[in-house]
Amino acid sequence: MPAVVSIKNARKSFGEVEVLRDISLEVARGEVVAVIGPSGGGKSTLLRCMTLLETLDAGGLSYGEVDAAVPGEDGASVYAKGDALKRARGRFGLVFQNYNLFPHFTVMRNIVDAPIRVQRRDRAEVEQRARELIERMGLEGCEDKVPCQLSGGQQQRVAIARALAMDPEVIFFDEPTSALDPELTAGVLRVIRGLAAEDMTMVVVTHEMDFAREVADRVVFMDGGVIVEEGPAEQVLDNPREDRTRAFLARIEK
Amino acid sequence: MDITTMMQMLGEGFITSLQIFALTLVGALPLGVVVVALRMCRFAPVRLIARAYISVMRGTPLMLQMFAIYFMPFYVFGVQLTPSSKWQAAVFAFIVNYAAYFAEIYRSGLQSVPRGQYEAAEVLGYSKFQTLVHIVVPQVVKRIMPAIGNEVITLVKDTSLAFAIGVGEMFSTAKALVASQVSMVPFVIAAAIYWAFNFAVELVLGSIEKRLAYYRD
Repeated sequence: MPAVVSIKNARKSFGEVEVLRDISLEVARGEVVAVIGPSGGGKSTLLRCMTLLETLDAGGLSYGEVDAAVPGEDGASVYAKGDALKRARGRFGLVFQNYNLFPHFTVMRNIVDAPIRVQRRDRAEVEQRARELIERMGLEGCEDKVPCQLSGGQQQRVAIARALAMDPEVIFFDEPTSALDPELTAGVLRVIRGLAAEDMTMVVVTHEMDFAREVADRVVFMDGGVIVEEGPAEQVLDNPREDRTRAFLARIEK
Repeated sequence: MDITTMMQMLGEGFITSLQIFALTLVGALPLGVVVVALRMCRFAPVRLIARAYISVMRGTPLMLQMFAIYFMPFYVFGVQLTPSSKWQAAVFAFIVNYAAYFAEIYRSGLQSVPRGQYEAAEVLGYSKFQTLVHIVVPQVVKRIMPAIGNEVITLVKDTSLAFAIGVGEMFSTAKALVASQVSMVPFVIAAAIYWAFNFAVELVLGSIEKRLAYYRD
């Protein structure tokens, strides 16, 4: 069975700075991958490249059998056009650090607008699904509120519901709790934990080590644009093999 | 001449002022959309032309633009001016001038929508057009309302500039009455009418802003 998402030999530079240097990562169905590492280590760029918000300079990216980008003759990435790219986009969801809900839409509309407008699904079916998601996210009674009436934690849960409503095969989380205080963080982590228990495929960039240890099947430590170390959480977080991993973990322990 | 007669004459002038005002809004609000589209076009020469247009429209007096638009057809192309030429030139000048200002207001609104909004829409699969229509423009409208309000109110008073090429709007009437009656009263009445109308404009703008106040961002 092909990986849900696979990125191969990815390279990305911003001007002179090489942010991704030959990164390869495959995520299997049902797997939860936590990406950790210092700021500027390339975690966010990796996520932005995998979600097609940035284009790779070199390397390939595919979602199942759909190739979003393939390496050309010289290795430089050649991106698919139109329909294939659209199909790739339909395979994943992304939850942003600062939610990026649509402020002029109600909670309900934030969740149902894209499934109806983009996927052209039946309104009644989508609204039914949205109500289930709202309940599951602990947002009952918020259907007709607008994002500014919600706490950060509630907004982030709406963002997760918005991503789930598209029925993605994998959801990416870009530091989903970094903008939240500890109390609100707990509610969002609880939701992600629940998704993990249902074998939702997820890639989570996070600074929450305890959370990574608990839910991640695999932890990826990135620094300087490369994957320094990866493996089961117990190994990478508790018995790291690489000095750089140890140094990073020691720094954040303090 | 009694005040009632004066008010009647000024009222007739004000109808012309109102027509200039309404036609300018009807023409300039959409024309501004075209100008901002060119101004933000991917193709650099087009962008440059739009910038030059905006620069000239904002950088020269509206009164001179009106003269230019009124006299150019005659001096350059030898077109015979008709009695309605003044009126047409005035409205045309107002529209092309205000479109430049509106375009810049639209641009400020478009650029103030956070990048995250475009990114969220992109990830959800919205097309560029859907993103613009359903995600960006509604937020832009709310953001630019105060600035648009400023322009609309300025426009009410700017209609008096049509006096310069002899369009018989309210200010021309007031000035003629002041001279013939040797009295400042017509100016006072004209000022009161401008203000009263702008007060109504403020109420309308206020109600639109209030309707958009159901959310903050």
